[in-house]
Amino acid sequence: MDLDRLFRALADPTRRRMLDELAERDGQTLFELHVRLISWHGASLSRQALSKHLQVLEEAGLLRTEWRWRSKHHFLERSPLRQMWDVWMRPLAEPAEKEKVDADQDRRDEPAGR
Amino acid sequence: MPIKIVVTSLLVDDQEKALRFYRDMLGFELKHDIPMGHHRWLTLTSPGEPEGVELLLEPDEHPAAKPWKSALVADGIPATSFGVEDVHAEHKRLAGLGVAFTQPPVHLGPVTTAVFDDTCGNLIQIAQRH
Repeated sequence: MDLDRLFRALADPTRRRMLDELAERDGQTLFELHVRLISWHGASLSRQALSKHLQVLEEAGLLRTEWRWRSKHHFLERSPLRQMWDVWMRPLAEPAEKEKVDADQDRRDEPAGR
Repeated sequence: MPIKIVVTSLLVDDQEKALRFYRDMLGFELKHDIPMGHHRWLTLTSPGEPEGVELLLEPDEHPAAKPWKSALVADGIPATSFGVEDVHAEHKRLAGLGVAFTQPPVHLGPVTTAVFDDTCGNLIQIAQRH
């Protein structure tokens, strides 16, 4: 997992919205995603720009594509999001029980009256 | 008299197959079927509107036609759009006949749309206004 690449992919509001739209309905074509973005969010976005955003998300592992007959469909990949949470965010946001116990132990082990 | 839209065309890979799809599956009515060399001047109209706009099913023989059509299909972009009263009902009816949809009915602002494969190298959108 490339954490830097994931955060860079998610640093753009249009790309985050694209993931929201795929969470709403997975497996969209470029056309459907484009119509959704411009009609629901009023985003002024060309298909070419959308295509580049899709590439960034795919390279970061946040979506995968699948050809069905002759059309390309885009699917949300949730596992990198869970890995980001497990590897970096959760340890920071929710320190594990063991670490809290260790910290308490350290305080008790400190010589009294120092 | 102003200029009017009389004929609009779709590029199809096989006119006979296209006639079967657009007449027998979608329900359009044959207007003209005139032999023209290897091909036909083949037009259809909306059901019950024989004097309405004609849809010309034109051969996609030009060398640029197929790459262009394939590129649109790859990105899910419809070649044209037809109007329906009830997208959900049409989706159910056509899917029941074996028509493949790249997009099931989706409500998008003032319209609900769906997109299907016409078996002749195009995607077609159907749209219902609210």
